[in-house]
Amino acid sequence: MNSVTPKTEAEAAEAVNTARAARRPLGIEGGGTRAGLGRPVAAQTRLSTRGLTGITLYEPSELVISARAGTPLNEIEAALKDKNQALAFEPMDHRALYGTQGEPTLGGIAAGNISGPRRISAGAARDFLIGLRFVNGRGEIIKTGGRVMKNVTGLDLVKLLCGSHGTLGVITEATFKVLPHPASAATLALYGLADGKAVAALCAALGSPLFVSAAAHLPAGLATPEPLTLFRLEGPQASVDERLSALRRTLAPFESGEALAPDYAGALWRAIRNIVPLVSPPDAAIWRISVQPTRAPKFVDLLLKQVAARYYYDWGGGLVWLSIAATGDAGAAAVRAALVQAGNGQTIGHATLVRAPDDVRRTVDVFEPLAAPLLKLTKDIKASFDPDGILNPGRMYAGI
Amino acid sequence: MSGIQFPKPDPSIIARRETIIAGLAALVAPDSLITAEDERRAFETDALTAYRRIPLAVVLPRTTEELSAVLAFLHKEGVNVVARGAGTSLAGGAIPQEDAVVVGVAKMARVLDIDYANRTIRVQSGVTNLSISGAVAAERFFYAPDPSSQLACTIAGNIGMNSGGAHCLKYGVTTNNVLGVKMVLVDGTVVEIGGPYLDSAGLDLLGLVVGSEGQLGIVAEATLRILPMPEDARPVLFGFPTSEAAGGCVAAIIGAGIVPVAIEFMDKLAIEICEDFAHAGYPLDVGALLIIESEGSPAEIDAELARIVAIAKDYSVTTIKESKSAIETAAIWKGRKSAFGATGRVADYICMDGVIPTGKLPQVLHRLNEIVAELGLRVANVFHAGDGNLHPLVLYNINDPAEQAKAEKAGEEILKLCVEAGGCLTGEHGVGIEKRDLMPFQFNPVDLQQQMRVRAAFDPGWRLNPAKVFPLEGRVAA
Repeated sequence: MNSVTPKTEAEAAEAVNTARAARRPLGIEGGGTRAGLGRPVAAQTRLSTRGLTGITLYEPSELVISARAGTPLNEIEAALKDKNQALAFEPMDHRALYGTQGEPTLGGIAAGNISGPRRISAGAARDFLIGLRFVNGRGEIIKTGGRVMKNVTGLDLVKLLCGSHGTLGVITEATFKVLPHPASAATLALYGLADGKAVAALCAALGSPLFVSAAAHLPAGLATPEPLTLFRLEGPQASVDERLSALRRTLAPFESGEALAPDYAGALWRAIRNIVPLVSPPDAAIWRISVQPTRAPKFVDLLLKQVAARYYYDWGGGLVWLSIAATGDAGAAAVRAALVQAGNGQTIGHATLVRAPDDVRRTVDVFEPLAAPLLKLTKDIKASFDPDGILNPGRMYAGI
Repeated sequence: MSGIQFPKPDPSIIARRETIIAGLAALVAPDSLITAEDERRAFETDALTAYRRIPLAVVLPRTTEELSAVLAFLHKEGVNVVARGAGTSLAGGAIPQEDAVVVGVAKMARVLDIDYANRTIRVQSGVTNLSISGAVAAERFFYAPDPSSQLACTIAGNIGMNSGGAHCLKYGVTTNNVLGVKMVLVDGTVVEIGGPYLDSAGLDLLGLVVGSEGQLGIVAEATLRILPMPEDARPVLFGFPTSEAAGGCVAAIIGAGIVPVAIEFMDKLAIEICEDFAHAGYPLDVGALLIIESEGSPAEIDAELARIVAIAKDYSVTTIKESKSAIETAAIWKGRKSAFGATGRVADYICMDGVIPTGKLPQVLHRLNEIVAELGLRVANVFHAGDGNLHPLVLYNINDPAEQAKAEKAGEEILKLCVEAGGCLTGEHGVGIEKRDLMPFQFNPVDLQQQMRVRAAFDPGWRLNPAKVFPLEGRVAA
């Protein structure tokens, strides 16, 4: 595969223009750690953003950081850590899942809307992304959003680009809102709860005023021999201590809990974030399902009647991770049928095939199929950015 | 005086008025269709009252199906549509035109479903912001974005403008709190975007729709996040000798890793106006005031406020007045939230809505006051200091055309100042008709064309709120 690695935004625009003139699609790549995400791209030339590096603005007292798209995430996180700040959406690292090397980049986080367990309380990457510069498929350099928290000037193309997986533009620079790094954290673990009861406990905690920042449930055998239900509290030490006591009282009807050692808890949350419990076997398909938390256990029950799967719940049950054999359609029909059955005929959420062999992802809908009018809008939007289909063609849907 | 140009009405549409009204009458109940001139006049403007146009007709559907049928019909007839919630837009986003039909959601005001376990509420889009919190208050939940107009404004308008409010520093604005919408496209097609779960499939169309100012469709229903109420919350008034000191204190608080639930700023004139109206106990002997609210358990609040007080002392704080009761808390917020109304008692004003990087606060405030003084006017400054969203209220006499022109000039200069400082033209009020012609100041033609092409993907004929947001010149199709 040919490769082009622009060093400046102008060079990136030139690369897109060249590709457009030759009608030769580009596969957009950052650190290359998430190449397995989405449908395989039909492109013979790779455009890497790895030459676009460097933090361009960091104002700790304004909670804002900007960097060029190819800046390694660890460089951003180191700069933030220096000022006791962080990307509050704790972006997931896909390297363990895909067995990839290299460094995730800030542009990749924006392009994929990559988030982690704190999404349930703090928000996703899209909630923190406030400004972008990108090159569209016409080779035009576009600025949208800015460096201020509140901005409703014109259409919010920032949100549209975030999670568009490089299909609308080559992101060249991203500006994120950041937050103070929590001074301390505590994780409360309940053992032995069945799924339904665990999700009820998670909902009770998240419905309390205790500001639970992450909440997950792992069935027996994934992290511990018994089922494990986890609740994370963050903030100043005294506040965390006080809320931990209150959380124990809130959860008393379910099971008495145990506060985990901080290092162990930290590793556990990273593992949950990075899907480590389901990484093996490496040839199994991985699905990510977004649902209403209280309906998630029923969905899993219905699914298990059709297909063998291993699974766990994040986001208080609102996110289900599944591992299913990658044979046939990698469980696609079963997963989507169970989503409809759990809603008595109406789907209760949406499913994304996060890991599967290329030939499966080429034939199965990787992202949730869209209703006809939404698919038409999506195609028209794609055409408004990239009329010749130069950028990551087919990454999200056929032709998009 | 009319600094902002309206497009010329299309005479062929006006000539067909009776036919269009007859068509609409077949689709909705008689009390949902407003045609008499004196009744239409109630819809001739929004809260940007200096501008007004009487619409061709007004339709207030009761259901999504009616809304869909109305839009399909108007699309077939080639009639422009102006969407309207409660008409509280400060940027003229809901001001109609003579050849347009106003389609309002005021009669679509039912709460459809509350799901406490999953922390969501589904509502028709005409419900008011405050009534959403009201619907879930008994279970100690609330809906976070709290624009000052929350008693009147609808969630449809909040979604249209991506509204914020005082407590958005911690909880985010509308776009961070909407999970899904049922929306009617220009041709009457009903689409569902997102749903009662955190992340949606495909492109983030929901993120695009929020803040799109009625340009992409009309929202019929919305699924929103509701949050558990904090155990307690307490505002504190901090008085400073100067605006610069108050601004410096804000930066220091955030730099120290403290993000309170709200940090609101008022300058001397704003304090006087609001205190005179609300009797909130604001100190009158200071140059600027911060209202900082902390929330959590009483012990958590004590601890956070102690840290904030220590920082404020480094910035020559002269008054620290903590709310001692729910009544005092309500009074403090009443004063702040009624700033616009209270100012209206003193003079006519235009309310600006620029945003700046908070680090530029002292320079921007200084220059802003100069701009207004040079034009011989007065300004009261009220704003969300934590996120740099300024609301300068430029006072003038609406009966004096020369003074109105000066006020509009001041407003324009202030917004340009915000953009030059690295900020933007609007933080929560929207572009509407008011800032439409300033858009090229923030965006270059290529940036704007990309936005317009996206807009045209939804509405190729530019029928939805057509004279708003984008300059009338240089419009592009998909």
